[in-house]
Amino acid sequence: MRVNFTVNGRPQEADDVWEGESLLYVLRERLGLPGSKNACEQGECGSCTVRLDGVPVCSCLVAAGQVEGREVVTVEGLAEYAKQRSCGSSCGTSLNDAQQWAAKGQDSQTGEGTELAPIQQAFIDAGAVQCGFCTPGLLVAADEMLERNPNPSDADIREALSGNLCRCTGYEKIMDAVRLAAARQGEAV
Amino acid sequence: MDFLRPASWEEALAAKAEHPTAVPIAGGTDVMVEINFDHRRPEYLLDLNRIGDLTEWETGEDTVRLGASVPYTGIMEHLRAELPGLALASHTVASPQIRNRGGVGGNLGTASPAGDAHPALLAAGADVEVESAARGTRLIPIDEFYTGVKRNALQPDELIRAVHIKKADGPQQYSKVGTRNAMVIAVCAFGLALHPETRTVRTGIGSAAPTPVRAKAAEEFLNAALEEGGFWDNGKIITPSVAKQFADLCSAACNPIDDVRGTASYRRHAVGVMARRTLTWTWESYRGTAAHSEGVA
Repeated sequence: MRVNFTVNGRPQEADDVWEGESLLYVLRERLGLPGSKNACEQGECGSCTVRLDGVPVCSCLVAAGQVEGREVVTVEGLAEYAKQRSCGSSCGTSLNDAQQWAAKGQDSQTGEGTELAPIQQAFIDAGAVQCGFCTPGLLVAADEMLERNPNPSDADIREALSGNLCRCTGYEKIMDAVRLAAARQGEAV
Repeated sequence: MDFLRPASWEEALAAKAEHPTAVPIAGGTDVMVEINFDHRRPEYLLDLNRIGDLTEWETGEDTVRLGASVPYTGIMEHLRAELPGLALASHTVASPQIRNRGGVGGNLGTASPAGDAHPALLAAGADVEVESAARGTRLIPIDEFYTGVKRNALQPDELIRAVHIKKADGPQQYSKVGTRNAMVIAVCAFGLALHPETRTVRTGIGSAAPTPVRAKAAEEFLNAALEEGGFWDNGKIITPSVAKQFADLCSAACNPIDDVRGTASYRRHAVGVMARRTLTWTWESYRGTAAHSEGVA
């Protein structure tokens, strides 16, 4: 079957989709967006987290056909999504740009002059990326929490990230990164 | 496999009547796991996401009519006052990502003895609204809904539309045993609701029998003990011996198995502990509110 939906602000079309296929498979294998990671395929690990109509979900548990006409934001579009949120413009990330996307973090203290979302820069600065496999899901989940709750307590952060497992057990640095992003977000206002 | 995408409830019922083997999918948090792991290859998937009213709820005089697909997140955010036990249970479901998709309709459809919503529904009192194109709507009392391990009272052509849950008329609690606070399937779970209007107590036990069950003997014992001691009026602390007997009867209501998550004897023990604790918590809360109302010493 064919599925039409919006990915990172641009309309996309996926063809020859098997009816039992997950959104995660469509993103990775049909649209060439491997940022969302495939690990447990049962909603336990959170590494495939994306926003579906703004809501964080495990893309491995969404049937491809269920996203027809809906909006998905993946980690590849997170920088643009965060930029739009702060600037209010509507430009989106093309599929091509998303496929070419790579982290270009510098030693920046503020994220200035980079193409990263504030949460991405904070993860780099806080040393919250180890093997990196859980990182995309954590970024999407943490970014959504900061959008909803600009001044999270530690308990709020733990709760919001409770569905994302880090097999390197780098949780303390991840907590640092989210606190850092929240503090910078507060300074920017 | 065919992917059926009804745009309305009537279309969904017609599709289910035409293809009784069709597997309904809403949040997908159970169905997609089975498909991803090749445990299930349904002929038809029946997507319910496009039916908007399944994600709505109405608060009536005595009950909340909760749409089958209202996500757990919505229950936690909007229905904590009316359905405190179910809101607590919802909060123990997996993770934010899962709570954003999953709902009570799916829990009932799967009818796993470990489903987190069941003990809260049993304790509060509820009717499941199901419908078929041929025979229309019927309400199934929650006590008759679970018929076996992952089996329920649904006919092949029926779909779950909503659950009518009694609004809380007193304190409710929910307790769940697992290895951590998030992303955990219950080793066992317990729900308790005080119903001061009828001077009764209702319970729900999860993951400790082939189906979710009520501890009816424990309820009857406690109802009698509370009545006899005038507890509903005098608001006294429940006697430890009464709490212990209640806990023992709740343990006795279990019919658990040994599995990877826990042994049968552990489950029986843990259900007793949860029964005693939730009774204490709810009763303290009842005494706290009752102390402010007239006629209570």
